[in-house]
Amino acid sequence: MHSDSTEVKKSVRTYMMIGVALLVFTGITVAANQFHFGVPVAVTVALVIATMKGSMVASIFMHLSHEKKWVYGALILTVLGFLILMTVPMFTTMDTIGKRVPAIGGAASGEHGGH
Amino acid sequence: MNIPYTVEERPDTGLTNGKLGIWLFLASEVMLFGALFSTYIILRTGAPEWPHGELNILLGAINTVILITSSVTMVMAWATLKLKDWAKHRLYLIATFVLAGVFLVNKYFEYKDHFDKGETPAHSTFTAIYFTLTGLHGLHILGGMIVMLYFIGPGAKLWTKNPDQFANRIEFTGLYWHFVDLVWIFLFPILYLL
Repeated sequence: MHSDSTEVKKSVRTYMMIGVALLVFTGITVAANQFHFGVPVAVTVALVIATMKGSMVASIFMHLSHEKKWVYGALILTVLGFLILMTVPMFTTMDTIGKRVPAIGGAASGEHGGH
Repeated sequence: MNIPYTVEERPDTGLTNGKLGIWLFLASEVMLFGALFSTYIILRTGAPEWPHGELNILLGAINTVILITSSVTMVMAWATLKLKDWAKHRLYLIATFVLAGVFLVNKYFEYKDHFDKGETPAHSTFTAIYFTLTGLHGLHILGGMIVMLYFIGPGAKLWTKNPDQFANRIEFTGLYWHFVDLVWIFLFPILYLL
């Protein structure tokens, strides 16, 4: 962490610029939503912008752009854990994604015949 | 007995104990919210249909602006301490506290509107995950406000006794606060826009 006052004064300008950039990106996110893209495009646009905003907060406001290796080590473990949390549970439901789940008792909704 | 390495860095980690501690805490927070984000994805992808446009985008966007602004004021509260400008530090910390309060007030009106329409957490899968995610996030905002209130009030005395330790405490509070902002940056698009 840089504590020299000249460095901090320089950082203050960066904080302000990042703050403005974050507000602009928020505006872009809301504006992009007005275009009514298809779901895959809308999800991609929204999450790409959110990731960019999150990266700015983490690297500048949380000083991750110049931290010690122990912090990075803890974060790498966290990212690995997070990826497991996000992907492994999805494998268990992948066979049902996009399909209607039959009601209990075999009477699948929207399907007729057979009896 | 004094707690070691509150100001000077540990030779092995190169960090103060407080900084390593807050990062480990934030790592556990990522896991907590990660589990809920994962739950959201499974519920959303498994649902035959998902409500769209039920939330007030304007109010959500205003709350996003409020939290981003509070992140700027929080980092400025720390930077002004490093510049030994106590008066500005107080101003920025109080501003952060007030902005956090405004966020919660907005959230209260949003929740009230849902409850008035009968959209309780039990109403649907969407409202269940919406209230769980935003409710937990709101509790984190409240927790941050309590910590800030302590440093605005009785905790401020540390500045006269040990300014470096006080600046570190504000930095750790800031790290937590930026994390809370970061979570909202993802919550806003996935709940309000998609």
